[in-house]
Amino acid sequence: MDYKTAGLTAGIEIHQQLNTREKLFCHCQTLLRDSSEHSGEFFRYLRVTESEMGEIDRAAQEEMKRERKFHYYTYDTTCLVEHDEEPPAPLNDEALSVCLTIAKMFGMTPVQQVHTMRKLVIDGSNTSGFQRTALVALNGALPQGGEIETICLEEEAAQRVKDDIFSLDRLGIPLIEITTSPCMHSPEEVQEVAEYIGMVLRSTGKVKRGIGTIRQDVNISIRGGARVEIKGVQELELIAEVVRREMQRQQKLLEIRDELLQKKGSVHNNAKNVTELFKETNSTILKKAKRIYAVNLEGFAGLVGREIQPDRRLGSEMSDYAKKCGVGGIFHTDELPAYGVTAEEVARLRAHMNAGVHDCVVIVAAVNDTQAACAVNQVIIRALLALSEKPVPEETRKMLETGSSAYMRPLPGAARMYPETDVLPVNVDDNRWNAITVPELLSVKAQRYAQEYSIDRNYATQLVLSEKLPLFERAVAEGIKPKLAVFTILSTCTELRREGIPVGKISDEDFLATWHAVESGRAAKEAIPDLFRGIASGSTFDEALRKLAPTVSFQDLEFIIHKIIEARSDFVLQKGQAALGPLMGVVMSEVRGSVDGKVVSEILKKEIAATLAAKRP
Amino acid sequence: MAVVKLDSGYNIGVNPVTCNFCGHPAESLSKKTEIPQKNDLPDLSIVSTGGTIASRIDYRTGSVTSQFDAGDILVAIPELAKVANYRTIPLATILSENMTPLIWQELARAVYKEIKNGVSGIIITHGTDTMAYSAAAISFMIDTPVPVVFVGSQRSADRPSSDNAMNAVCAASAATSDLGEVAVVMHATTNDDTCEIHRGTRVRKMHSSRRDAFRSMGIDPLGSVAYPSREVTLKSHAVRRGNRKLTLHDKLEEHCGLVQFYPGMSPDLLKAYEGYKGLVIAGSGLGHVSTTLIPSLQKLIKRGTLVVMTSQCMQGRVCDRVYDTGRDLLKAGVIEGGDMLPEAALVKMMWVLGNERDPEKTAELMQADLKGECNRRSTHGL
Repeated sequence: MDYKTAGLTAGIEIHQQLNTREKLFCHCQTLLRDSSEHSGEFFRYLRVTESEMGEIDRAAQEEMKRERKFHYYTYDTTCLVEHDEEPPAPLNDEALSVCLTIAKMFGMTPVQQVHTMRKLVIDGSNTSGFQRTALVALNGALPQGGEIETICLEEEAAQRVKDDIFSLDRLGIPLIEITTSPCMHSPEEVQEVAEYIGMVLRSTGKVKRGIGTIRQDVNISIRGGARVEIKGVQELELIAEVVRREMQRQQKLLEIRDELLQKKGSVHNNAKNVTELFKETNSTILKKAKRIYAVNLEGFAGLVGREIQPDRRLGSEMSDYAKKCGVGGIFHTDELPAYGVTAEEVARLRAHMNAGVHDCVVIVAAVNDTQAACAVNQVIIRALLALSEKPVPEETRKMLETGSSAYMRPLPGAARMYPETDVLPVNVDDNRWNAITVPELLSVKAQRYAQEYSIDRNYATQLVLSEKLPLFERAVAEGIKPKLAVFTILSTCTELRREGIPVGKISDEDFLATWHAVESGRAAKEAIPDLFRGIASGSTFDEALRKLAPTVSFQDLEFIIHKIIEARSDFVLQKGQAALGPLMGVVMSEVRGSVDGKVVSEILKKEIAATLAAKRP
Repeated sequence: MAVVKLDSGYNIGVNPVTCNFCGHPAESLSKKTEIPQKNDLPDLSIVSTGGTIASRIDYRTGSVTSQFDAGDILVAIPELAKVANYRTIPLATILSENMTPLIWQELARAVYKEIKNGVSGIIITHGTDTMAYSAAAISFMIDTPVPVVFVGSQRSADRPSSDNAMNAVCAASAATSDLGEVAVVMHATTNDDTCEIHRGTRVRKMHSSRRDAFRSMGIDPLGSVAYPSREVTLKSHAVRRGNRKLTLHDKLEEHCGLVQFYPGMSPDLLKAYEGYKGLVIAGSGLGHVSTTLIPSLQKLIKRGTLVVMTSQCMQGRVCDRVYDTGRDLLKAGVIEGGDMLPEAALVKMMWVLGNERDPEKTAELMQADLKGECNRRSTHGL
């Protein structure tokens, strides 16, 4: 694909959870819970409200097409603020500091006074019906070229458990939102920038790690298309694919529009109640439906079923629009007969709707007239868009598993912002800004480790990206040899994980105790895997250490080695000093790893030399 | 700091020195929506006094203030149109901490006038902070044959999760029901499923922020309104529609006080009430103050101040015959306030002293049950 000719423009928004002690507007811990642990639940309805300018946001309006009742799970780690039963606490200052640090790392300008806003979100993910958000800094630069437009500090939304049930543990965790300008022009570039920003964020050491703690929204448009925001891209590797597929979708929509114009396609509100036509149908969906409405789209034959993205058709877009009214989806004659609908039924439907061969009939199955009319109206709206001057509507879409996307709601406008009257503005003065120290970038740190500690470059890169980086830094500060720590963190743990050992159960304190034991000679380096196996299976460090072979004294060790060599004197005479390697293994298995390999090797060398000398004539 | 609204909708604060004046924005046209009237629905009057149910941002302070009148409420809560036809009377736009006995009197007159004009019920929108005081005040000032329902919201009306809409719809349903007394209708639980109907003289705000802050004290709620079905259930002790004849007694004696006793309280504080016509004490436990305060109380009483004892326990009744201090209080002339809530006792005292001068009769009236504020039996535990 030629991105330049297509006029691809893309920007990204990165949302990263911060690892602060408390949530953004209350004093609960930023702790994620298993939804089975919830201690209570409640339910609410949300209503659309006007902005302070007296307007209603179009995205909010769309969500309100049907009344929705939202259920919420509460925990012993949530409070009345998450329940929307108490005014918010002041803006979390620790989170603001992290945000300002990141702003400084991108060379941004902080706002002089931070104002918390309410961003209307009435999909149920916020108990209040809005997400609190504050613009903290503006105008940053990326080393690749391109700009960071803004950094906002937001509260994380509640997690959807299923359908309209949400879990409140995640609600209110501080979230930093970084928005780039539409400065990227290829899918790969978008992915690189996302990776870079992710690295900068992790350099602060103050961000949460793991799946779901960072999410990317991608803004994409092509020439003749429109800005589309695709939300919730969790895996970096998928970003480029998402961009490619959105480009493809916009191009196909443009092509479809051109074809429609050629075929003189048109859309009229000719919707009819066709429930009677399907009275005897074998289609389970239509049989269950109380009302079936149909609309004839003139000149749309073949186009509603046209693929615009892998597994997505123009019909899928219409279906997404119709779903806003609560229906399960749509059927259209490009895909019928199918799903239990017979050829005769299709013929009858076409005749009833006066549909010609070039037309496509869309039907919706609903529970009542209101819902059917709403859904069919949505189909008409989407069909009109398809042949309009701007056939790519400005939308917020959600990413599907493979990288395609589905319609969520129109792009929200400024009307969804309302001042958060319960939170006082916070001044960011020069003193505060100047006092912020910028942490070392992880990429720079990796380079430094490779040089300072003579660690392999790949190892160093892996180490700085690892969640165990703070542990490594602590270990080095406590005098542990860097190589020992790196080897344990990257190599030993990986091997144990492959064995199926739950390495995650080993605390940082256990790591440090183990390393100190090795450094002081109380345990051999070789004993680390055994120690970790013990700890991971539930022993304390001390118990695990005791379970190793009892400590062998130096004299005992000399005696053991002497005996071993005596029994294998022929082998020693034959191999000379080369016998060292194989004998090491024999000794280490005898002492079960409780002695430092270095000490063993030294005694072995001495004993081998002595044996060789004694036998020499 | 000057607040700038960016195109994205975000506000930021900037140093005003860096700003240049360009001009005033175009005046936005206020939308006036016609309120549809349906002949088959009952007529209700909405008297608005302000409060969170009708609040929105004030650009002067950046905080929430009361600005809506009753008409705005109808536009904001279209569901209300399913319940009744409405007349709207904008009486005040205040936060309820700024309520005064003078406004109670205006409110009572407005309500009286509306009932006299033949409406089926009254809804009074009110801030929640002092709603219980106002509900008690209207209870004493008006004998009403129709429901007079106070309603408010705990979460501001400018948020999608506000309890204002459900509370208002439930209040309207209660106002068209068979109820015949002054009541408060608010959320029963944190869920959007039920509102409770509380007697105006026995209700108290028991939480600073929760939706279900209002509780009936010492008695069961009068009933409930289910949501969204709007089904009203009344219990047997609720006064029914038409049981009382409409009368208005709108005199109040404002020189009354309410003071909460605490350990170590100085007798000097009671001096501030010299010359007052009445004083309610929220005493400890069964209705006590320290022995050191008794001479000061005696002095007040001798000089003509009516002193009534209630309990800061909120639940249960006072009994000053159990301990020495209590007996000394009785000897000093303090009147036991039974199981009245301290706030209800204060409002009642204002009304009693406004309408009756004879000391013996005022003491008698304070102990009599006028509007369900004073129960003869304690049937209810915690």
